[in-house]
Amino acid sequence: MLKDQDRIFTNLYGMHERTLAGAQKRGHWDGTAGLIEKGRDWIIQTMKDSGLRGRGGAGFPTGLKWSFMPKESDGRPAYLVINADESEPGTCKDREIMRHDPHTLIEGALIASFAMNAHTCYIYLRGEYIREREALQAAIDECYDKGLLGKNAAGSGWDFDVFLHHGAGAYICGEETALIESLEGKKGMPRMKPPFPAGAGLYGCPTTVNNVESIAVVPTILRRGAEWFAGFGRPNNAGTKLFAISGHVNNPCVVEEAMSISFEELIEKHCGGIRGGWDNLLAVIPGGSSVPCVRGEKMKDAIMDFDYLRGELGSGLGTAAVIVMDKQTDIIKAIWRLSKFYKHESCGQCTPCREGTGWMMRVMDRLVKGEAELEEIDMLWDVTKQVEGHTICALGDAAAWPIQGLIRNFREEIEDRIKAQKSGRMGAMAAE
Amino acid sequence: MLRRLHSEQPDSFAFTPANQAWAEAQMTKFPEGRQASAVIPLLWRAQEQEGWVSKPAIEYIAEMLDMAYIRVLEVASFYFMFQLQPTGSVAHVQICGTTSCMICGAEDLVAICKEKINPKPFELSADGKFTWEEVECLGSCTNAPMAQIGKDYYEDLTAEGFSKMLDDMAAGKAVVPGPQNGRYAAEPKSGLTSLTEYEAGKPQYNASAELATTIGDGVKRIQGDEVPLLTPWIGKDGTVAGRVAADPTPAAPAAPKPAVKQAAEAKKDTKKAEKPAKADTPAKADAETPAKAAKKTEAKDAMAEATWVQEEKPVTLDGPRDGKADDLKMLKGVGPKLEQTLHELGFFHFDQVAAWTEAEVAWVDTRLKFKGRIERDNWIEQAKKLAAGEETDFAKKAKKSGLYDE
Repeated sequence: MLKDQDRIFTNLYGMHERTLAGAQKRGHWDGTAGLIEKGRDWIIQTMKDSGLRGRGGAGFPTGLKWSFMPKESDGRPAYLVINADESEPGTCKDREIMRHDPHTLIEGALIASFAMNAHTCYIYLRGEYIREREALQAAIDECYDKGLLGKNAAGSGWDFDVFLHHGAGAYICGEETALIESLEGKKGMPRMKPPFPAGAGLYGCPTTVNNVESIAVVPTILRRGAEWFAGFGRPNNAGTKLFAISGHVNNPCVVEEAMSISFEELIEKHCGGIRGGWDNLLAVIPGGSSVPCVRGEKMKDAIMDFDYLRGELGSGLGTAAVIVMDKQTDIIKAIWRLSKFYKHESCGQCTPCREGTGWMMRVMDRLVKGEAELEEIDMLWDVTKQVEGHTICALGDAAAWPIQGLIRNFREEIEDRIKAQKSGRMGAMAAE
Repeated sequence: MLRRLHSEQPDSFAFTPANQAWAEAQMTKFPEGRQASAVIPLLWRAQEQEGWVSKPAIEYIAEMLDMAYIRVLEVASFYFMFQLQPTGSVAHVQICGTTSCMICGAEDLVAICKEKINPKPFELSADGKFTWEEVECLGSCTNAPMAQIGKDYYEDLTAEGFSKMLDDMAAGKAVVPGPQNGRYAAEPKSGLTSLTEYEAGKPQYNASAELATTIGDGVKRIQGDEVPLLTPWIGKDGTVAGRVAADPTPAAPAAPKPAVKQAAEAKKDTKKAEKPAKADTPAKADAETPAKAAKKTEAKDAMAEATWVQEEKPVTLDGPRDGKADDLKMLKGVGPKLEQTLHELGFFHFDQVAAWTEAEVAWVDTRLKFKGRIERDNWIEQAKKLAAGEETDFAKKAKKSGLYDE
């Protein structure tokens, strides 16, 4: 288990002081100017060496992403935009950073912006996080007051502003180009890529969009060294990570752990085990609603990192939002609820997604009740394949994958329900 | 989901003075010419003030941000947090219904809402105190099931606890937000498994609940004076450091203008074109020039209805009669800035405005920054009433809310 001294978010539960003074006691804002003095190239190289992969779901290497930004300005300013539009079902980790450990994020924003030649950072927070917005803004105000932001921020010679902005309840704005559109005061509809944001993003200027957690870990990595961070987890899956475990465990919680921790250890150490014991585990969605579910028996030995969950289990780590479901759960209904979610949140720009999410939800409606034909399962599979990969952004894929996961792993349950509905009897198992 | 403006709309909208100041401060977060970026925060503040987003609010904000009405309406109807119909006088209850909360009992909470508030979402309870809806994931999954009421998250709910909470709120009793089962924040309920060092001296509440209890604005309509307004990004020298350091942001492409504005501008173009045609044959010139000036069909359509008149300078004054001017701001559409412009042009009294002829309106129109405004906001009609000592709805409201009080 990760030791407390190796944790980056030392005030995750807000039990220590949340003020700047408290953050400084815990080691934040320590020698920030010195880190910046070491230069842009050193910062980006250290981030690359640390092996940090983006914490927003896709897992793209953060240092590499930064290096896409133009080295010299062509007359346009550069922007860092922090994606705090945390709305992936199951995910509630960034909220804890912003309300309880906000200085990790603000310090990270300064360093990351400097590395990308940006004088301005916008934090795009989801609209519902009203208290989190107030807490984060209070921390920003305090930093301005103490000279850590504004002209010559933290004595580094870099002029830097952080602006807190917010959305108004659209999941799609978590997609980086939709977020940029929204930040420009428009509907959150994703843009075609290319051009990528690093070439033309916010206001047509070079922009990098990073997740809250990706930015908030930066100062600690730079202070403690790339090797320290890379020392956790398996190769290519480095670092520590906030896990948010919800659903049918005895003690749901948000906790920072080393990457590549086993699922069993994560659940036993922090969550007090599965409700009703391990034999009662039905299924797990290991990375937020957008990744396919995994059958419980395969999860016990699973390693919680990007490569294992994707390679071995055909799922993904996503945002490390673990949704646990025990055998009392109606798994078909649980996935139906996600279909409803995606139908609600489709922005309507691409036809396959706008129409497809509705189709998928309506077929799922019938599967939940069992009022369907067996062929409809394959038909549904076919629809998911028509949506997947045929849209501008990944919301179409994200809507298709949970259903594909359900059919792949729980086809029998669906068939049983249809048969039971037709014959008026329970499935084959009960007839024995 | 089809989202439309409500069938019944109020006559007007105005921010309270403190909210107006707040809104103007939000606009400074964005580079010059990019004020449209502030549209979501402004709409949200309007909703916080009124309880929902009305058509006049959308128009008001469009004017503030120099956006076309349709662009603001688009935003208001796209984002689900904006309530386009009146909500409960005490609170609008949002139950998170997505998977994590659903498998932990959100359906029971919905059932309570149906029983206690209204069988249908978005519809007022019998006493008008509550409305409810089932929303998508609110991002508090380890504290499932949960609900957002007003500004706050109420987490780790049980059906009984939630039911009692609604009763307490209806009775005006304060309920402390945050976890309702004794948890502090998002830590394991049975006790800390990490970061135990700071447990002993922890503050009474987690950050969210603490803010809620200290500010005390959970379900309150926001006037803007609850917390002091801070704009630390504007330095002592009045500039934004990061913006000065960076090269200027490229200017935004000119936003498409609403048809009314286009019509007004087309009118101006026509007038310019008319001048060489000599004023003695205005009727003929009228028939031809609009076709030349019009570039867009909307402008054409709008112009077809408009009548073209020669400008004529109205009677103006060098100063107010008896040294005391009427409060022209009581006209809907006239703010402190426009009032000043009107003073400079020589207008100080309602009866002056009320007496404008069509030709005189055209003269004033070309000298104001907001073309077409006189007709759109119906100044003359308003001024007639005010000059006769009657009240208009807007004037009543502006006086009551102290809209322009210093």
